[in-house]
Amino acid sequence: MSRLIATSSQTIGPFFAVGLWRPEWSDLTRNGLDAGAPIRIEGSVIDGDGAGVPDALVEIWQADAHGRYEDHDAPVPPDRLFRGFGRCGTDADGRYAFRSILPGVVSDANGTPQAPHVNVTLFARGMLTRVVTRLYFADHAEQNAADPVLRSLPADARATLIAPRVDAGSQAVYRFDIVIQGDGETAFFDL
Amino acid sequence: MKIVQPAYPPMQPGTQPPLDYPGYRSSAKRHPLRAPYPLPQGQSELTGPAFADRWNGPDAVDLTHFAGGEAQGQRIIVTGRVLDEAGRPVRGTLLEVWQANACGRYRHDGDRHDAPLDPHFQGSGQMVTDDDGRYRFLTIAPGAYPWRNHHNAWRPAHIHFSLFGRAFATRLITQMYFPGDPLMPIDPVLQSIPDTAAQARLVAALDLEVSQPEYALGYTWDIVLRGSGETPMENRA
Repeated sequence: MSRLIATSSQTIGPFFAVGLWRPEWSDLTRNGLDAGAPIRIEGSVIDGDGAGVPDALVEIWQADAHGRYEDHDAPVPPDRLFRGFGRCGTDADGRYAFRSILPGVVSDANGTPQAPHVNVTLFARGMLTRVVTRLYFADHAEQNAADPVLRSLPADARATLIAPRVDAGSQAVYRFDIVIQGDGETAFFDL
Repeated sequence: MKIVQPAYPPMQPGTQPPLDYPGYRSSAKRHPLRAPYPLPQGQSELTGPAFADRWNGPDAVDLTHFAGGEAQGQRIIVTGRVLDEAGRPVRGTLLEVWQANACGRYRHDGDRHDAPLDPHFQGSGQMVTDDDGRYRFLTIAPGAYPWRNHHNAWRPAHIHFSLFGRAFATRLITQMYFPGDPLMPIDPVLQSIPDTAAQARLVAALDLEVSQPEYALGYTWDIVLRGSGETPMENRA
């Protein structure tokens, strides 16, 4: 059986904003809120010198409050306002931020419930391929302790995926720094 | 719902560039030191945004007209199909492209290259693939441009492509090159790919069938996204 081979990745380069800059995509609730607790996710992308990365692109993919993903085979009900995909380029200091809702519980491939999580892709100048990771929510400690992916990681790696809650007034805020290299290096996955 | 099998096998060894590639200087502080951890594929990895009819607005496939005028340079038509590894068309997926102008300058504040901006070239397009997985856009042949990776470094002419496919696992950003460009063999970004056949697959083909006589040269370039021969099975029991 002949099989094609997947096309090679190349770096996003320094000028990706020319084609990929869509600031409205950083707000997954931009069409309004339906079910779900509104949250803000914010953080910095940090390089091996501890410096913010000003030319990185963070993308997120998550389930809705009921644990449902949008999918090609199961179109989203037209009355659902929430959008599961977000994109944000970093600013001059390497910071990014998303508005979203707390995702619901999604089961893994074995049917085991996972803790609420957000799937994260990082592209940057200087990176020839993307890297992927996951964000978990620190105030869901019990679910995190039972999560099969978190449990598969060594403790120091696991800790890098758990976003502390750093509320601003009445707004629920989670902080998720993505450390590409070195001390506190984020756990990335082989997908 | 139980998804029974991993839909996306590992990518072919040697066909993807490493994150740590000394020839590409800025990878030095931007690659993880630890090996990535295994991640079983479930719904989180096997689903992805469907842009076809909801998100992205109308296609923008003519990059040669902007701000009331016509861009300078050699007009080209770039077309091809987006396929999965089993050769099936990837329909309804969003494709975003961006590039330098004919002089090798991007419309971006960070581009300090002393080459003229073209007021009539914005340098970006977007489109959704049709039922055959096909895309097509009209643009200007991009120029080569200098960068500071090493002394007298120049990037070969290229167009950046961003694609989604059907899943979080199929996301791809890459670059398309032009046949015969003598800068390709000395470009660290392209040469970072270990497999030379994989490098060659990033090079479009001049295609006179695609060319429009007296108007624009045509190039064909197919893109292959990850995909298994099977559909994920659901067990609702």
